[in-house]
Amino acid sequence: MNALLVTLLAPVAGALALAMLRPLRWAGWLNTAVSAATFAASVVLAWTVAEAGEVAGLSFRVDAFNVYLVVLTAFVGLTTSIFSRPYMRHVCDTGLTSERGMRIYHAMYQAFMFTMLLALTTDNLGVLWVAVEGATLATVLLVSLYRTPEAVEAAWKYFVLCGVGIALALFGTVLTYFAAQQVVGDPAEGLTWSVLFQQARALEPSVMGLAFVFLLVGYGTKVGLVPMHQWLPDAHSEGPTPMSAVLSGLLLNVALYAVVRLKMLVDGSLAATDAPHLAGDLLMGFGLLSFLVAGLFLHRQRDIKRMFSYSSIEHMGLMTFAFGLGGPLATFGALLHMLVHSLTKSAIFVTVGHATHLAGTQTIDKIRGLIRTQPAVGWALLFGVAAIAGFPPFGVFTSEFLLLTATMQSQPWLTMALLSGLAIAFAGLFRHLHPMVYGPAPEGQRPVSANMLPVVIHLGLVLWLGLSIPAFLAGWLDRATQLITGAHLL
Amino acid sequence: MSLIALPLLQQFVLVLAALVLFSSFVLLSQARLVSAIHAFAWQGGLVAAVTTVVAVAGDSTHLYFSALLTFALKAVLIPWMLHRLIRRLELERHVELLRWYAMVNMVAVALVIFSYWLVLPMVHEELAFTRNIVAISLAVVLIGLWMMVVRQQAVAQVLGFMSMENGLFLAAVSATDGMPLVVELGVAFDVLVAMVLFGVFFFQIRESIDSLDVDRLNRLTETVEETDAETGAGSRPMMVKSAVAEGE
Repeated sequence: MNALLVTLLAPVAGALALAMLRPLRWAGWLNTAVSAATFAASVVLAWTVAEAGEVAGLSFRVDAFNVYLVVLTAFVGLTTSIFSRPYMRHVCDTGLTSERGMRIYHAMYQAFMFTMLLALTTDNLGVLWVAVEGATLATVLLVSLYRTPEAVEAAWKYFVLCGVGIALALFGTVLTYFAAQQVVGDPAEGLTWSVLFQQARALEPSVMGLAFVFLLVGYGTKVGLVPMHQWLPDAHSEGPTPMSAVLSGLLLNVALYAVVRLKMLVDGSLAATDAPHLAGDLLMGFGLLSFLVAGLFLHRQRDIKRMFSYSSIEHMGLMTFAFGLGGPLATFGALLHMLVHSLTKSAIFVTVGHATHLAGTQTIDKIRGLIRTQPAVGWALLFGVAAIAGFPPFGVFTSEFLLLTATMQSQPWLTMALLSGLAIAFAGLFRHLHPMVYGPAPEGQRPVSANMLPVVIHLGLVLWLGLSIPAFLAGWLDRATQLITGAHLL
Repeated sequence: MSLIALPLLQQFVLVLAALVLFSSFVLLSQARLVSAIHAFAWQGGLVAAVTTVVAVAGDSTHLYFSALLTFALKAVLIPWMLHRLIRRLELERHVELLRWYAMVNMVAVALVIFSYWLVLPMVHEELAFTRNIVAISLAVVLIGLWMMVVRQQAVAQVLGFMSMENGLFLAAVSATDGMPLVVELGVAFDVLVAMVLFGVFFFQIRESIDSLDVDRLNRLTETVEETDAETGAGSRPMMVKSAVAEGE
């Protein structure tokens, strides 16, 4: 319990301190220190959960499913803060943002971490909603940090689209609460997930079905599901790069986590009706659509960050599809995919940040010859993209292989769609990647001081997960699978 | 079953909720920004009135508190903030005539019918009251959304957004006797922060496109980007960076 409180309170304290701290030199270090403290506390929390099975109390509840996301969130938060310290100082030195902007950046970074961790650990669906909306509010000023017309436009789009989406999710939450009131005696517990989950079968199916549609559209906007994905490429491409890394690596995961938790409730409620797989079917439909559309859009991108944000949509679509498919194998694969996608995608965004500083532009056509100018950045980008495209030694291959196997078992005719989608996405990524990495370097392009430590750690972990998943992690994911589907895989 | 068979207080709640829906239509068709803000304030006041009636009916203290909170936030504070903002942005006399006036209103009517159609599966006898109230609040939410689609002006879009929140609150209060207090406070806090941020954005948008007509925020579509690159419009954010880098 103490570890949980430290995990949650460290970012709050950090946000307040960073909002007041004036000397810029210290702000970056403090940001890293707070993130490190959060990560340490989350590891202790994971240890406690591994021993006790779950930690609950004060309307928080941490079990096998969310604890691995908590650790992942804190970890990516830490490595991104290590990257962001020199990166944002460079940005500030070039005059793109003011000192006041830097203070907002650091404070909001920690505020964002807090909302993510709160959304993951809370047991209350209302608080979950408040936290996810809070994440929008914390990041929207960061998207417009550079104050260019494009950045302001992206931020406005992000704000309005996510605001509307999340409002629909609140309507779904209200409907859920309404259904709960007919079943749960104490109104104060009507939004408590664990109580609802125990009594899921008694929840009125007609209300829960309607509620889930709203919840899926609402939280799905944040996941970046097509056709509600319009905000995502803009926000990712115009915001500062560390922000793109945490948005892609963490925010999308947390939104998907919310969808899966709610699906568990709806599945229970609809089990006795004539459409028991309604929630899963909806997830599969949205997931597959996002997966295919984003893969096609990869081909026509001209901005490197936009391209990788479409790749995020594609992978989120794949995970949504897998959770919709259900069953232990698909769920295990989706959980693993959440992990490796976060690690790989944030590593890619960190590398892309260095590459754009190197080339002085985000336009793909103008980024050339990375390996010649700075081999570390070039190779990191190459390996990162190879990993995200699902090449064998990396962990993404493992999870995608599991997902394909699961699809072949239960919906064989959909395997073709998945395989061709993967091929389209692969082609889309590599046609842009190849000239960027290998082409001749433009004159006057000089190496920048790059901190490749986060990239090496992330890609190393992904490689490790691809070669052999350590037993404790497999057991962990298996327990989460058991929680979601009710059956063990291993 | 007929609505006359319902308890009197529930009928009263339904009448007030219908008035909230009516105020949504009023809000949708206002041409002047100032009168739109007034219509929004009235809607907030009506939602607060619904909350008070529900509180009296259920005799629950925490609903009195949320009625007070709604009134303070939706009928006083947010309209006041918007007033101040449009005064500072010199938009008091801003008039924006709704294009296809009749069409827009017909679609709004269709949205009301759609909301009633969506709640049809809730057939249980004891759900009769709730079914109506859920349909009405859903209609308010959807009309708010529709308003955000048809209005090009940023302040009017925010009004649409806030009226969506009103619809959500109406659903929470009358269908479920209010959410748990901590959730209600969290939502109110989020709405307030959102309003402050919207204020910040009005100035950022005006600074960047010299107006608040968000239809002109169109640089970031997939196609425009290509023409941008061809003509070398030079306004991509990283261009600034490259110019600075060359100067070094």
